[in-house]
Amino acid sequence: MASVADLLEGKGVCICAGSGGVGKTTTSAAIAAGMSARGKKVAVLTIDPAKRLADSLGLPELGNTERRVDPALFEGQGIDSQGGELWAMMLDAKATFDELIAKHAPDAETRDRILENRIYQQISNALAGSQEYMAMERLFELHQEDRYDLLVLDTPPTRSALDFLDAPRRLTEFIEGRALQVFMRPTGIGMKLFGRGTSMMFSALRRVTGMDLIEDISEFFQAFSGMVGGFQERAKRVNELLADERTCFLVVCGPQGEPIEEAVYFHRKLVEARLPFGGVIVNKVHYEGEVETAAGDDVVGELTEALDDPELATRAAASLADHAALAARDRRNVEHLTAELRAAQVIQVPYLEEDVHDLAGLIEINRYLFATREEREALAAAR
Amino acid sequence: MPDPLDKRLLFVTGKGGVGKSTVALALGIAAAERGKRTIVCEVASQEHASRVFRRGEVGFHEVEMRDSLWTISIDPDHSLREYLTIQAPVRAMGEVLSRSRIFAYLTAATPGLKELVTIGKIWELAQLDRKVKRGRKYDLVVVDAPATGHGIGFLQTPRTFAGIARVGPIRNQAEALNAYITDPERTGAVIVCIPEEMPVNESELLEEELGEVGVAVDRVYMNAIYPERFSERDAERLEGAGDSVEGGARAAVRAALSERRRALAHREQLERLRRVVRAPVETLPFVFEPELGLDGIESLAAEVA
Repeated sequence: MASVADLLEGKGVCICAGSGGVGKTTTSAAIAAGMSARGKKVAVLTIDPAKRLADSLGLPELGNTERRVDPALFEGQGIDSQGGELWAMMLDAKATFDELIAKHAPDAETRDRILENRIYQQISNALAGSQEYMAMERLFELHQEDRYDLLVLDTPPTRSALDFLDAPRRLTEFIEGRALQVFMRPTGIGMKLFGRGTSMMFSALRRVTGMDLIEDISEFFQAFSGMVGGFQERAKRVNELLADERTCFLVVCGPQGEPIEEAVYFHRKLVEARLPFGGVIVNKVHYEGEVETAAGDDVVGELTEALDDPELATRAAASLADHAALAARDRRNVEHLTAELRAAQVIQVPYLEEDVHDLAGLIEINRYLFATREEREALAAAR
Repeated sequence: MPDPLDKRLLFVTGKGGVGKSTVALALGIAAAERGKRTIVCEVASQEHASRVFRRGEVGFHEVEMRDSLWTISIDPDHSLREYLTIQAPVRAMGEVLSRSRIFAYLTAATPGLKELVTIGKIWELAQLDRKVKRGRKYDLVVVDAPATGHGIGFLQTPRTFAGIARVGPIRNQAEALNAYITDPERTGAVIVCIPEEMPVNESELLEEELGEVGVAVDRVYMNAIYPERFSERDAERLEGAGDSVEGGARAAVRAALSERRRALAHREQLERLRRVVRAPVETLPFVFEPELGLDGIESLAAEVA
């Protein structure tokens, strides 16, 4: 039965994917901490560091370059990291994009023209997919530098967990695509694409949108055109890295119906795209209680006797019933997920009573993430 | 304090996974119950409202779910086409343009244009003088806004666009939209949060950013907060009895104590939220239901207003 350590055996890249609000950032941090405690040199790339967690790890100002977590923190938790190291960085999409432009631009003039173009400033900040693309870009760069045993990527929160997979393709298509051709030479290739009447169309377009908007777009694409080759090549290599057998995708989700369906869908898409799927981590699972209960138990009656308070006994019984309903739902959903995946790579982390915001909390999560299945069941029973 | 339901346009914002769609629908139901003609807009094809009401997908149509409550799923392609047809100086030109592939390229090439036309459609729904022929007049438009990752790009679009396009119809449109959404008499926003560390931080940031854009934050909802079913005294008595009982009774004691610890942690986050945001904070109870259906959302509708 797999634990995260088994899933990541021999892997160089771990990509944690999932929709927003499922605990992806915490899970990524926990995985990185767990692997570093097992002797690996690990860097975690996060989009949105939990401030209290970052503070407690001694990394209050996380930036676009990696910083090391003080090994004394691990020692303080009684962990001998066996030479492992934990590094963390926050992805800054804009800074990464700017660096990329500087790298690919043929000369300083082109670079400045792009960096100052208002359309570029919009893209680098706001274009859907650019944050995802830059996350991949930074991952690729770090991987090239080959300074870590393992890179853990916490992907940006997207409406659909799949968006980021598409991001490199979307961005290069956008840059190299027909849109570019059309707006670069509205009368040349545009004519070929749309046939006669194109110039009339353009004048209509300008009347509806405003002249200078089209000009800005056109200028941006002209400046960009010399760099398309570099970007294409880069995107190709990023895609190769994602598909590499030393890469592992872990899907993070919650136990409710919707996130579970999303995880099923995501798994299918990964398989279709021939990307290396590792497993699913289900966070915040309500476990059924450790105490053997039978349908015939007279909960209220026994508690009333023990407490001498029928009203409190009724409330406690209601709490049990509410909890049991959620636990039953989670069990059904996880069973459904496991069946859909046709495998046992489903790792459950219970709904802990408190939020995780320090190394001790990560270690608590790791008791589940890094436990074998038997150990996990034993842990669940002991709660 | 201003009542969010008294606005004409209300954006429901928040981090992913906090129950934004649920709260948006609960607000819509509450407003409709007060007799306001209300439409709930979704902008990411979730079809959440239609599923809750067990109806077929509504798409880009205003469909009535119950008395005074409509829903629509707004997508940029339809919005843009509609905008062009309404906006073009000559109607035929708008139709030609919207059919042409050239426009698909323009939207693909212009970052933010999709968001702009989506907000444009939302604005159009809120007008008493609808641009769409025979358009229904609404008293309130509730928007289930896209999840905020980092920042609030969506609501910022009109302003940035007014900056990008120096002159021309798009600039005028962008300025009109921005003026509308930053008018606190007409437009408001609520933030949805859940009692956890990160969402509370995010809510603080979100309020700040909405303030910078100029959108009034009328309410912050702390959603899915555990009830305070057990007092400290209850907990002590339950702890005392825990060892003397077996089976279901023992499990009930454990469940109750665990629930109390969570409820306490939730109260701590609620206190934090109250400290870090300026807008009034209201709580919405955790609904102990395996899947939240119409009944659960109706019970929340009674609490939101």
